[in-house]
Amino acid sequence: MSMMEKTLTIKKATREAFGDEIVELGKKNKNIYVIDVDIAKSCKTVNFIKQLPDQHINVGIAEQNAAGLAAGLATTGKIPFVSTYAVFGSLRMAEQVRQEICYPNLNVKIACSHGGLTPANDGGSHQAVEDMGVLRSFPNMTVIMGADYYSTRKLVEQAAKIYGPVYLRFTRDKVPVLYDENEEFIIGKAKKIKEGKDIAIIANGDTVHLALETAKQLKKEGISVKLLDMHTIKPLDREAVVDCLKIGKIITIEDHNILNGLGSAVCEVVAEEGKGIVRRIGVQDQFGQSAPYEKLLELNGITIENILKTAKEMLK
Amino acid sequence: MKNISIEELKEKAIEMRRTALTMIHEAQSGHPGGSLSAADIMTALYFKEMNIDPNNPTWEDRDRFVLSKGHVCPIQYSALALRGYVPYETIYTLRKYGSPFQGHPDMKKCPGIDISTGSLGQGLSCGVGMAIGGKRDSKDYRVFALIGDGECQEGQIWEAAQTAVKYQLDNLVIFVDNNRLQIDGFCDEIMPLQDIEKKFDAFGFETKKIDGHSMEEIVETLDEIRVAKNGKPKCIVCETVKGKGVSFMEDVVEWHGVAPNDEEYKKALEEITGGLQ
Repeated sequence: MSMMEKTLTIKKATREAFGDEIVELGKKNKNIYVIDVDIAKSCKTVNFIKQLPDQHINVGIAEQNAAGLAAGLATTGKIPFVSTYAVFGSLRMAEQVRQEICYPNLNVKIACSHGGLTPANDGGSHQAVEDMGVLRSFPNMTVIMGADYYSTRKLVEQAAKIYGPVYLRFTRDKVPVLYDENEEFIIGKAKKIKEGKDIAIIANGDTVHLALETAKQLKKEGISVKLLDMHTIKPLDREAVVDCLKIGKIITIEDHNILNGLGSAVCEVVAEEGKGIVRRIGVQDQFGQSAPYEKLLELNGITIENILKTAKEMLK
Repeated sequence: MKNISIEELKEKAIEMRRTALTMIHEAQSGHPGGSLSAADIMTALYFKEMNIDPNNPTWEDRDRFVLSKGHVCPIQYSALALRGYVPYETIYTLRKYGSPFQGHPDMKKCPGIDISTGSLGQGLSCGVGMAIGGKRDSKDYRVFALIGDGECQEGQIWEAAQTAVKYQLDNLVIFVDNNRLQIDGFCDEIMPLQDIEKKFDAFGFETKKIDGHSMEEIVETLDEIRVAKNGKPKCIVCETVKGKGVSFMEDVVEWHGVAPNDEEYKKALEEITGGLQ
């Protein structure tokens, strides 16, 4: 059964994917380390601690120190994964990530749960809507968000294999499982979910399933959608974006500020190519608040309804 | 550890000071004050204490050095040039395009730099990571970190300190270059640090306060530390004088980050050549 026909009923948070994959990676490679900052339970590293205590460090509530420590550890040949929330991994330790990890290009991974609006009940203080934008502006950094449980596991595995700093963003809340267990993913290569000719939709992370649902509905109305899962926003798969310009109309969808994230990255390519138009759907340059996750998406127009409306307007 | 006498080390300290000032003068840019306050500690580490191999800068069993107060890199570059990590003439390239001697230490550009630094307060965490790596790999190397007193105003220093104690890093030695000055003035006026030794002691370090310009005391302390494998990280608070060895630079805030002109340089070299009085 193709993904387009699948009913997306099974849901799993992508932080679970990190928690499960990192144990497998750690067992295979003794140089894989996890550095926790007192939130092991919510970042899903508890199994790692139980099974691989010699590859684990907990520095307590001290993110800046965690980043620097990881850098030092990386100089001794380890592959540390600093595990925290996206808001801290991108902002509280931003300068440490820049200075001690990206500047010397050390092999440290920043693995962050609670990406975007997914820590919905926690409120605006905990919802990282600017993290990917901050991190994609650091030279040497790779920036990734998987769309579901299985793709996230594969991307975590890939991140451990490539040399250099990687920022991985996970959801706190559950999102539908989209892919089969054996689907392969390559960092920096967009996953083409569907080929189409009327409009292109490029989504990432927890918005990919919304894009998929929208594409199904548009299909019923005779509109054919090309759909890309842009799990890596840096390095961006430029070729895949350029390919969308054959259609010329692109909608980007992300659970991130429309500034500096996926939408901006796509716009950069489109502007440089000098053809095509883009509509960005995402967080409307505003902070979140405590509310159900779906309500927060709705407040920002990250809904199937709004994607449909935007597509139809573009096709007029 | 190398066999070298106190007298020979004092001679090396003269060469270190001369080299650092020469490079700052040539660049007409850099930080002389802190380079001179750290000169004697750095001399003892690079010419006697540290187990390093200039021909194999990335040797995995080497002792590591972290210059957390990265702006005083001219004194570290002096050590690297004098020990032969790079040709001595490299000193004339400080802060110039293409130089391994960047304005702040860059491990990707300069052999012998174990971690890039330059943003204050961050280096100690890296040193802690290196020391944990050494412990987990059952290696005997040690990690030496030089931090500034002004830098101890950064909270991250204390985050790193508590981690060093938790993980019983007796392979970590911190030197505090306690020269009492920072860019805007005396630390006591800008943000008093109180008793730094007592602070590290309260965190669980084994501590000692010494005269950071007495080669005898520095060497004696390093001898003591070498045998103390007791599960405790070490912190040596070195009482120093910013600009030490050049009378008109000593304790003068303005010499934090200004290069000497030709006349000042000439006068400084004359004073340095006599050694510390």
